[in-house]
Amino acid sequence: MAVAAVSKYEFAPADTQDKFHGAQLLYIGWEDHLLFCAPFAFPFPATMRFGDVVAGPMQAAFGYHPDFAQIDWAKAEWFKSGKPFSPDFDKSLAENGLKHKDVIRFRTPGLTGIKGSCS
Amino acid sequence: MDMTVAKKKLGLKERYAVMTRGLDWTPSYQKMEDIYPYIAYEGIKIHDWDKWEDPFRLTMDAYWKYQAEKERKLYSVLDAFTQNNGHLNVTDARYLNTVKLFLSGISPLEYVAHRGFAHAGRQFPGPGPRVACLMQSLDEIRHAQTQVHAVSNYNKYYNGMHDFHHAHDRVWFLSVPKSFFDDAITAGPFEFMVSIGFSFEYVLTNLLFVPFVSGAAYNGDMAAMTFGFSAQSDEARHMTLGLEVIKFILEQDPDNVPIVQRWIDKWTWRGYRVLTLVAMMMDYMLPKRTMSWKESWEIYFEENGGALFKDLARYGIKMPQCAEQIALEKDHLSHQAWSTFYNYAAAANFHTWMPDEDEMEWLSAKYPNSFDKLYRPRYEFWREQAAKGNRFYNKTLPMLCQTCQIPMIFTEPGDPTKICYREVDYKGDKYHFCSDHCKAIFEHEPEKYVQAWLPVHQIYQGNCFPEGTDPTVEGFDPLAAVLKYYNLEHGRDNLDFDVSEDKKNFAEWRGQATKNI
Repeated sequence: MAVAAVSKYEFAPADTQDKFHGAQLLYIGWEDHLLFCAPFAFPFPATMRFGDVVAGPMQAAFGYHPDFAQIDWAKAEWFKSGKPFSPDFDKSLAENGLKHKDVIRFRTPGLTGIKGSCS
Repeated sequence: MDMTVAKKKLGLKERYAVMTRGLDWTPSYQKMEDIYPYIAYEGIKIHDWDKWEDPFRLTMDAYWKYQAEKERKLYSVLDAFTQNNGHLNVTDARYLNTVKLFLSGISPLEYVAHRGFAHAGRQFPGPGPRVACLMQSLDEIRHAQTQVHAVSNYNKYYNGMHDFHHAHDRVWFLSVPKSFFDDAITAGPFEFMVSIGFSFEYVLTNLLFVPFVSGAAYNGDMAAMTFGFSAQSDEARHMTLGLEVIKFILEQDPDNVPIVQRWIDKWTWRGYRVLTLVAMMMDYMLPKRTMSWKESWEIYFEENGGALFKDLARYGIKMPQCAEQIALEKDHLSHQAWSTFYNYAAAANFHTWMPDEDEMEWLSAKYPNSFDKLYRPRYEFWREQAAKGNRFYNKTLPMLCQTCQIPMIFTEPGDPTKICYREVDYKGDKYHFCSDHCKAIFEHEPEKYVQAWLPVHQIYQGNCFPEGTDPTVEGFDPLAAVLKYYNLEHGRDNLDFDVSEDKKNFAEWRGQATKNI
């Protein structure tokens, strides 16, 4: 549906990639760990190595949780827009097919938050 | 010779007719569509504006008289409150955070409502709704002003309230109420009336206004309570106007029904999402609780709203579908919201804290299906960590919903352990939503919502730092720069209540007032 308007209604979207100074947005959520109230939004260069995202910004953002140190990354299950996804840690975000404003989640089997409460 | 003697006074009905419809005229040399350019494009058809009935038959002269009387009473109570250090009579200094939330989140909306009703009133060709909108417009600016006055006394003593309007336009979570109202005033005049006049003022007002006013009464806040009473008769008039608007539009033409239904669906959901803030206020921020959010929803929406929609069924209007999802969320909403503010306590203009043991008991009694299982373990962990000096401050920005602008904190309907993710591809970009309802609102008018000013994205674009900030210098601290842009002082206006100046000062001042120290 088009917006009802008295004349032509066309405005630029607010969050196109050109506005992020060379970065693209990537959203990352950790399943079963709602101690972090929402998935995170990060600005990363498309050339950043996926493994560096995990070791750097993800460690900083999720590291407060006692489960984070126990993650076996070989067993982690990844999803992109809800569908199974297999990131290559040695490749860049772009090479992993990740575009501006993509959303990925990861599940860590066996780790279900504080006292199993999904927190 | 017979002389006709003019009657000195008109009756109420005649007076109303003379001072509303009698002041209207039909233009002779300008076209109606030029004078009222916004009246047709929304698709609403009105055949007879005189069918509009104002149940109050209030005229402007009577309006001024009533309002002036209420002002006199309000300000005499406020004076007494100020002179007697009324701020020390609140239950506990945590209560003040409710006042901060209200002042920065709600009072600016009263002002925008003033503008909105002035605009809608100008656009309606019928004199009845025009006069009713004029009065509501004046009420709203009066409410904004009296709220600011009532709260200004607290601002002398406590933090976070010093620049509430600046905060309203900038602070991340305040984009939620702000964008809600911006969405309404940028719609056409009919949608505005359905969104604010009906959905907000009629369907949801008891869930917004009553909790704050009764919360104030329960917690010894004489200033806010008196404001509430002063506004109460206005609110009754607004509710009646809201209902009258709906009935009038629906009776005018059957083609109006599906348009109005879509607006009711949209605005019930939009309004409910804003009420997330009220839900957490009721369950967490009032030291003396009035009732739980869940109880309030059941009484004011499920019972009262249910009766309303039964009444509207004769026009072909149905209960909004979102009510089913809201019913599933009522066991979780306030806990998910409070967790969010606990997470981001370093970036807000009020303090948060973990409930004490008694409060945890209250929560588990009010929420037997959810609290002990899902939320208590989280809170106990946070409490233990805080006791060890490791209080959780989430420093990474969250993903937001494109429509309601709330962080993506809401869980799948029926599964409170899984975040609900929805997305849409539109013109080469992805857009994300917290729910099917926010997604449907976007899909209906994507051109509007792609322009959303999402605080997280704006920060990453570099638009939320004070002028002259260079984010590329070594050691740049984005949170510090954003707080400066918000005009909030780190360590004073934000962080946990336990380490706040508010807590320390209140204890000291109350001690002076009640003990010989």
